[in-house]
Amino acid sequence: MTSKRIVLHFPHRMVDQPIVYKLVKDFDLKFNILKAYVTPKEEGLMVLELSGKKENFAKGVEYLESSGVRIQPLSQDVIRDESKCTHCGACVPICPTSALILDQRTRKVEFHNNKCIACELCVKVCPTRAMEVRF
Amino acid sequence: MRTIKEINEKIKKGEVVVVTAEEVIELARRKGIKKAAQEIDIVTTGTFGPMCSSGAFFNIGHSKPRIKLGGGACKLNDVPAYTGLAAVDIYLGATALPDDDPRNKVYPGEFKYGGAHVIQELVAGQDVRLEASGYGTDCYPRKKLETLINLKDLNEAVLFNIRNCYQNYNVAVNLTEKIIYTYMGTLKPNLGNANYCSAGQLSPLLKDPFYRTIGIGTKIFLGGGIGYVAWQGTQHNPGVPRTDNGIPRYPSGTLSVIGDLKLMSSQWLVGTSLLGYGASLVVGIGVPIPILDEETLKYAALSDEEIYTQIVDYGESYPQCTPGSLGEVNYAQLKSGKITVAGKQVPTGGFSSYSKALEIAEELKSWIKKGDFLLTEPVAYLPGVDSGYKCRPLTERPIV
Repeated sequence: MTSKRIVLHFPHRMVDQPIVYKLVKDFDLKFNILKAYVTPKEEGLMVLELSGKKENFAKGVEYLESSGVRIQPLSQDVIRDESKCTHCGACVPICPTSALILDQRTRKVEFHNNKCIACELCVKVCPTRAMEVRF
Repeated sequence: MRTIKEINEKIKKGEVVVVTAEEVIELARRKGIKKAAQEIDIVTTGTFGPMCSSGAFFNIGHSKPRIKLGGGACKLNDVPAYTGLAAVDIYLGATALPDDDPRNKVYPGEFKYGGAHVIQELVAGQDVRLEASGYGTDCYPRKKLETLINLKDLNEAVLFNIRNCYQNYNVAVNLTEKIIYTYMGTLKPNLGNANYCSAGQLSPLLKDPFYRTIGIGTKIFLGGGIGYVAWQGTQHNPGVPRTDNGIPRYPSGTLSVIGDLKLMSSQWLVGTSLLGYGASLVVGIGVPIPILDEETLKYAALSDEEIYTQIVDYGESYPQCTPGSLGEVNYAQLKSGKITVAGKQVPTGGFSSYSKALEIAEELKSWIKKGDFLLTEPVAYLPGVDSGYKCRPLTERPIV
């Protein structure tokens, strides 16, 4: 089994096509949509957790790429500006997936971007605006 | 046991023994209060949290021809500064906002840029836009001034915070059914989280609970530079109930602090945006506690387990000024990540950075060890527990 959180960028021409449906029907992949919208430039953006058998996952990704969908791991898009973070911990109870946790030993806030679902709740809650989402 | 004068002699000779307010806890446990007090000369404390009553005075220098800003208007990067002073003295408060900031009209307001951010940018060495107007007088004829200013060119730049360093603070929760946005952070409904804001065992006034060593004139680490305690802070309230070990169980003493902004660092003065609340300045403060006797050591060695505070509902009780606590917790419980309130496990969040507070205590320790920082005797003491000094609510009276 493979399971990854990925960001899909759909070009304007594909916004109205049932891409995710094909992932389920043709490649037997499970999905959980974390975020989806159409940008002002009419590019589609979807953040989803995609899982399935390893070979099916690879074929699914190949299908997406051959269709013109740009794919990148979610972890590349949610970033903490280390120079701004003061490790106060205001974000910790707000993060729904415990991607931001306080290390009991160092008393510093750790950011585990593999757990992040890009809900963006931390972005405005952070007093120094250290969290950035760059879709 | 020892005087501040004797401690300063040891600093000059390079023989001083300095530990942080965290290190002293373990040392006192291991060696006992008596022996630890004999060995340790100074305990350094630290705190790094948002302090809204922060701001800075500036003297911008006289333009040619002269302008009188007093009674006029002045903005720094669109943030209004106070001009009710002499011709070219102004004061910029941390919470000041540009006139066109939507505040909470678009709820919750983001408060991305305010006085605190301007102060941080000035300290970082950035140019800031000054736009001012005056009404013109015979001796100050000019009516408009637009210029870039830079901290290094100003005659004086003085950080003056009328209230900082709260000795203990509430834990904020929300008992209502809707999310609220407060100066204690975002509070999720139905006890969704509990936010606290104190460095606990590192916090200056919690390690000298009866103000025996920290007083007016005490030299401190302020924003990465040198500062002094100028006065008791506003809302200083020493008479609140205390635990047997002397720690106030409610928000209590405060400090007013002053220092040369030009010597400070943007690392330790950070502009912040509190969602739905406003702009504020996070200020790094470190206060040295001279170990004069066993008693000062005993208090300086109190740990998070021994420092208690109150859980307060910010949904209803706090805004309505209704007294009442939902319970008492200590800082060790708060720092564990979860506390129990009304039988429910509630995740905790901090608003004051413990790791940065520790860095400040370490930095101050290194200054003292290197001989760069001598201690001062207080020239007067802060109003104490028996002084009758207290923080009173406003009594409103009709205007007739």
